[in-house]
Amino acid sequence: MNLKPETFSRIDEVIPHYPVKRSAALPLLHLVQEDQGYISQEAIEWIAAKLELQPINIYELVTFYPMFRQKPIGRRHIKVCRTLSCALMGGYKACGEFEKQFNTHRGEISPDGEVTIEFVECLASCGTAPVVMIDDDLHEKVDCAKARELSARIKTEAATRQ
Amino acid sequence: MSAPSQRRLIFQHIDEPGYTNDLACYLKHGGYEVMKRAFARKPEELIDEVKKSGLRGRGGAGFPCGVKWTLVDRKSGKPIYLVVNADESEPGTFKDRYIIHQDPHQMIEGIMISCHANNVKQAYIYIRGEFPGGARILEKAIAEARAANFVGPNILGTNYSCEIYVHRGAGAYICGEETGLIESLEGKRAYPRIKPPYFPAVLGLDQCPTIVNNVETLCHVKHIVGMGGEAYSKIGTPNNTGTRILCVSGQVQRPGYYEYEVGKITMGQLLNEVCGGPLPGRTFKAVIPGGSSAKILRFGERFKGKRKVGAEMVDYDWGVEDVPMDFDSLGMIGTMGGSGGVIVMDDSVNMVEALGNINEFYAHESCGQCTPCREGSLWMKKITGRMVHGEGRSEDGALLKNVADQIAGRTICAFGEACAWPTQSFVLKFGDEFKAYPEAKKNAPADSLKLV
Repeated sequence: MNLKPETFSRIDEVIPHYPVKRSAALPLLHLVQEDQGYISQEAIEWIAAKLELQPINIYELVTFYPMFRQKPIGRRHIKVCRTLSCALMGGYKACGEFEKQFNTHRGEISPDGEVTIEFVECLASCGTAPVVMIDDDLHEKVDCAKARELSARIKTEAATRQ
Repeated sequence: MSAPSQRRLIFQHIDEPGYTNDLACYLKHGGYEVMKRAFARKPEELIDEVKKSGLRGRGGAGFPCGVKWTLVDRKSGKPIYLVVNADESEPGTFKDRYIIHQDPHQMIEGIMISCHANNVKQAYIYIRGEFPGGARILEKAIAEARAANFVGPNILGTNYSCEIYVHRGAGAYICGEETGLIESLEGKRAYPRIKPPYFPAVLGLDQCPTIVNNVETLCHVKHIVGMGGEAYSKIGTPNNTGTRILCVSGQVQRPGYYEYEVGKITMGQLLNEVCGGPLPGRTFKAVIPGGSSAKILRFGERFKGKRKVGAEMVDYDWGVEDVPMDFDSLGMIGTMGGSGGVIVMDDSVNMVEALGNINEFYAHESCGQCTPCREGSLWMKKITGRMVHGEGRSEDGALLKNVADQIAGRTICAFGEACAWPTQSFVLKFGDEFKAYPEAKKNAPADSLKLV
């Protein structure tokens, strides 16, 4: 398994946190996904071996927990809250605006490879609805104007990277 | 009557200018002093303080914390674990987020006092996967506390040692259910366990006795031990002691979090005075008082009955606005205080569509273990989805109720109730709107609010 050296060291650090190795399955999946962008078949088998489990014991977690994915996504991950409090304040509109800005649909990688937009369930920031997470950062009160602003920022960052 | 002023115990420093989430700032504000005093006392005394305080769990069920601690099997010889439920995922609830991000040491102090009281040597904080920043803040705060000898080996020079680790979830709502959480912490799918025999207090993490407490609950423990259980029990109202953070979201002027003595503020005071009332030109239509699984209340309906005030039984005749925001009053009128998430809807909302939104949530989050819940939540979503996007029928309300009625009480965990209650209460209280929906949809303006 080809992982960054710091990922290997974090994996070795986290396993002894638990009385039973299997408990480290979720932490390892997070670490591998952060390193590789998604969970490959190879990763499933490697994690299983690392924790002395069968591959199915890891595979069933990847298919159960919504945050794990088996395919790559765009460079940035835009997660728009779909649940009631955000929807009441215009969450669907905000999501539509992101889709328009990147010429894509929910669940797909945008044509320029820059983003994947998704609806997610409640992000526990209902008082500042509608909310959106872009990678690890929460953005509050995202109306259409703010969605355009955030999209422009992502595009600028993409342009400077090239 | 005008609304009382807030009493900020847990949220004392939230949003305070200059207050930071590092150890130095917490110590400057008297941090870890309560823990130092607590470590000089016998664990049983601390459990007694919590029992005397009357503290009820703030995660949703409102179970007395002291009783939960008393149920722990201390004779098995197995290690006892404390698991902090920081999975905050009930829609409408957003209190623990601020504790974690802005005042993590308050939480750690509460955890360590609770660990000492229960002879716990290992605690885990199960934090939802969607709080990556919060997990990093907690890890940093624990490292600081460890360096200062508040966490880890030989705490404060005693022979007591206790470690805390942060464990991240991965986006599954069911991990908020305590036995599902334990399964998840064991590295499995979060399938809730059946009780009996799997009461966490006896057979929890790795079949060892385990205490699962909500973040806010553990913060209250710190304040209870600080002021004494007796003094704490005088805050709030009888059987509904202490303060409670109410999270208001949806269609009001000033959504946000507000901390009040439990039962000292009514729904009307909260929404009209504290939150500034409905949006311009709108009127309140409905409110969900305790997270999206709590049964909805319709403005205009009245609740009558007898309730206990002191030693006497007195009649009550309440509108939605008159209901005190405590566990017992909300329970009496057929809903619940739950996790404190108040979701407000005004007259611009169509209730079929609001229910459609909620049904999508529960269908997505059912763990799939029990047939009535897995199939029922999906069918309810399909029916409301068809009503909104396809052909609605006037009998759909009755059909929805029929499905919902076959879920509650037939599942391993309370998710069955959580997904059935919205449908049951929406159809009961807004049945006219369900009947009229096919017509209403034809006349809806093109730019109307989209919820499904």
